[in-house]
Amino acid sequence: MFSNILIWFVVIPLLMLAGLGLCRDVKQVRAVAVAGSTALIARSVKLLVDYLAIRAAGDTAPMLFQGSWTWFAPLNINLAVGVDGISVAMILLSSIILFTGSFASWQVPQPKAFFLWLILLSTGVFGFFISIDLFTMFMFYEVALIPMYLLIGVWGTGRKEYSAMKLTLMLMGGSAFLMLGLIGIYYHSAPAGQPLTWNILEIVNNTIDPAWQRFLFPMTFVGFGVLGAMFPFHTWSPDGHACAPTAVSMLHAGVLMKLGGYGCFRVAIYLMPQAANELAWIFLILTGISVVYGAFSACVQTDLKYINAYSSVSHCGLVLFAILMLNTTAMTGAIMQMLSHGLMTALFFALIGMIYGRTHTRDITKMGGLMRIMPYLCVCYVIAGMASLGLPGLSGFVAEMTIFVGSFQHADMFHRVFTIVACCSIVITAVYILRVVGKLLFGPVYDKHHLELTDATWWERFSTACLIVSVAAIGCFPNFFSNLIKFTFSPEIFKVLGM
Amino acid sequence: MDYSQFLVMKQELAVLVVFLLVFLYDTFMPRGAGKALPVFTTVLLLLATAAGFCSQCLGSSCAAEAFAGMYATSPVISAIKNILNIGAVIVLIQSISWAGSDSMRIRRGEFYELLLVTLFGMYLMISARHFLLFVIGLECASLPLAAMVAFDKNRYESHEAAVKYILTAVFSSAVFMMGLSFVYALGGSLYFSDLYLTVAAGGTSLMLVLAIAFVIAGMGFKLSLVPFHLWTADVYQGAPTSVTSYLSVISKGSAAFAFLVIMAQVFGTCYARVWEWMLYAIIIVTITVGNLFAMRQNNMKRFLAFSSISQAGYIMLGVIGFNTMSMAAMMYYILVYIFSNLAAFGVIGAIERATGKLDMSDYSGLSKTNPRLALCMMLAMFSLAGIPPFAGFFSKFFIFTGAINQGSVAIYVLVLIALINTIISLYYYLLVVKAMYINPDEPVVLPFKSTCSERLGLWITVAGILLLGIASCVYTWLLDTSFVSNFAAYFM
Repeated sequence: MFSNILIWFVVIPLLMLAGLGLCRDVKQVRAVAVAGSTALIARSVKLLVDYLAIRAAGDTAPMLFQGSWTWFAPLNINLAVGVDGISVAMILLSSIILFTGSFASWQVPQPKAFFLWLILLSTGVFGFFISIDLFTMFMFYEVALIPMYLLIGVWGTGRKEYSAMKLTLMLMGGSAFLMLGLIGIYYHSAPAGQPLTWNILEIVNNTIDPAWQRFLFPMTFVGFGVLGAMFPFHTWSPDGHACAPTAVSMLHAGVLMKLGGYGCFRVAIYLMPQAANELAWIFLILTGISVVYGAFSACVQTDLKYINAYSSVSHCGLVLFAILMLNTTAMTGAIMQMLSHGLMTALFFALIGMIYGRTHTRDITKMGGLMRIMPYLCVCYVIAGMASLGLPGLSGFVAEMTIFVGSFQHADMFHRVFTIVACCSIVITAVYILRVVGKLLFGPVYDKHHLELTDATWWERFSTACLIVSVAAIGCFPNFFSNLIKFTFSPEIFKVLGM
Repeated sequence: MDYSQFLVMKQELAVLVVFLLVFLYDTFMPRGAGKALPVFTTVLLLLATAAGFCSQCLGSSCAAEAFAGMYATSPVISAIKNILNIGAVIVLIQSISWAGSDSMRIRRGEFYELLLVTLFGMYLMISARHFLLFVIGLECASLPLAAMVAFDKNRYESHEAAVKYILTAVFSSAVFMMGLSFVYALGGSLYFSDLYLTVAAGGTSLMLVLAIAFVIAGMGFKLSLVPFHLWTADVYQGAPTSVTSYLSVISKGSAAFAFLVIMAQVFGTCYARVWEWMLYAIIIVTITVGNLFAMRQNNMKRFLAFSSISQAGYIMLGVIGFNTMSMAAMMYYILVYIFSNLAAFGVIGAIERATGKLDMSDYSGLSKTNPRLALCMMLAMFSLAGIPPFAGFFSKFFIFTGAINQGSVAIYVLVLIALINTIISLYYYLLVVKAMYINPDEPVVLPFKSTCSERLGLWITVAGILLLGIASCVYTWLLDTSFVSNFAAYFM
């Protein structure tokens, strides 16, 4: 069992949990966190290299590194794992953000309990990305959700109790629909007389009855869409992000919201393409609203975290929007956008946490001229902002470009109009990013006390530098990443769609 | 008469033997030895449980009948009895501190004797295949419970609860027997097997509908299904905590299975015609009303009373699914519910014993003063709410899967309503977690050391919460046992 590389992505966090249980002081906690997350990064880089090597050798199987271990035999539930390009990219993203998040929460109070919950959360995240069995996938999904309640409730700031409860209940509400959808998929996963299955790769071969698809597709899409901050189910996101501690915001916006997009693709669209084709327009309208509405809302916020949370709604909306375009180019763009937004928003939240830790305010009307006071952090902030508004050379440009090119391939009026509307969000993004940069970083110093503040410490420099390098890497070598994920869009799904 | 047929009733006999030994010990041992009675009883019942499991594993608990078909047993039946036995043992372990206290000195024996008698009655209910025996079991299981509810004789609430309990118990028996008289009028017999054939042959008469409605109402009181739930909160609050925990898991679990037996083996043929829709409506209101009332409770026992009402609604999903898979899921749900609920009651009991505090607001800051108790409580709440990787997630998932196995669109809608209700229940379960971990108030409960027996009980329940789901063998075993049972013949 342990010879499979993928299992280690669940085993390492579990070992970390055990290690944290034994820790006695804060130094040991940090050591465990750093050692564990380094091991995870090393594993995911090795996974990436192996994956590319196998693909280069000409293996075109939909999933690699597959393994399956029986769990509940009578129900055909297995612990089945396997990855394709998207999963590899997502695993890499998660481990980078967990790694930098550990550094960003270097001085968190009650570190032992904090890291226990944080690692439990990441166990769920990694488990979700490696699973190809719907039951285990759903289980890991819920494992990733519940630690948020305590992480925000105990370590958060502001209206944390309200936000934590709202976030947990809304996400769990989504998973209620999801659970029904998944059980429904199970009962229609095989033609009459054959054993039912939870395995994605088997279900996709036995087409689900289209009449049922029409019922199950909205269930699963809404279920995952809540986590992807789809309008009108996005309201948990601004409150949740604003009140969460730094590392949790990073992990949540950077990785957890990607679970939504990944699930929408992997389960809803991959397994039920006919219904996706028929019903995509409803969700295109909703996600289109997310994209524009999120961007406009970000323009009027004064709290740094709220600005970034609404910008996440907009960017994650773009992910779902692109997935629903149902063609290779746009979907590739969606995955690039997930990576890009994950890294960029983690960088944003890390920087906001660091600024807030110094100034004790996140209100942009109460700060100014920070560029003179903490130049390192402010330069990083500008880079993150440029990535967000799509400056060529950074990740945002590549992703958004691909998405809009893909979307415009649809020749009909409906898709064209919505693509143009979504395109407008780029301009609005520029407005709110430049507004913050201008007010916060340049201009006169607002508060004399701020002059005494120090610039970044070594662990802060390290964690932000890691993220900036990754953002630039996607921006400079987009071909590498699009090659990595291209095998995922295997011809089967598009055959059904007639494309 | 062939006396060897008594041997078919192995598990009942085991409980009876334990009862007699406890009775003799209590009567003839010197007064000083009474202190050891709680441990003595617990060990004896543990042995009986172990014996039951051994005979199940060795395969000697095959299907058999006794007394001209009035009594029947089968692997499934002994499995559910073993499950209830485990729950009873945990309740006994948790009650050791309470029963061992000085105020209980002269009444200790009665508590255990009454408890064992009710357990015996519940077994009869489950195994009865004749309504006469069933009613004996039913009365045996409810009347002594009223005495147990009144056990804190110096507390006013305890008396009030006992009076409420006995009145509703008697009234519900009357309602149930009204149903039986209709059933008898229809079939001319009280044997389940005869009635099954009569019901299958006859059409849907008003008499049949009334009979089923009365039977559901009568059992609904025992199971505290809405609208027959009004006694629950007051009785749970008034009764001693050990009795409350016994009422909420063992009494409920046995009644749920007995209910399934009646519905399948007597009224199985009119499932779609008559009672599916009755139960459908009852499940929806039970889950919803239980949840909505639980949100507003501050007293922990009342809170768990309403939570257990809504849990009863989830258990009923196993009956309405009406297939072998949903039956196995229901047994599994009862097992997991026993462990989760007893973990919660274990913490409540320990805190009540040490400080007398019972309100949710008193739990503020518990994680700082008593971190382990708070952790147990949190695990129990997560398990009751159905959060993975705890057992409650698996039991909820499987009971929904089992119900949907029935296949109709109506069941999909029912499960969706139940799922949306899990979100409401998550809200109030998180309120407890919030009080313990997040509230900034000064802790009310000061640090204290729980007794050995309390800790043992919590260790067992927490182990169950952590392992019952992940260790797939438990559910697989129940499923395998159910598939070889004769129930499959009754399900459509």
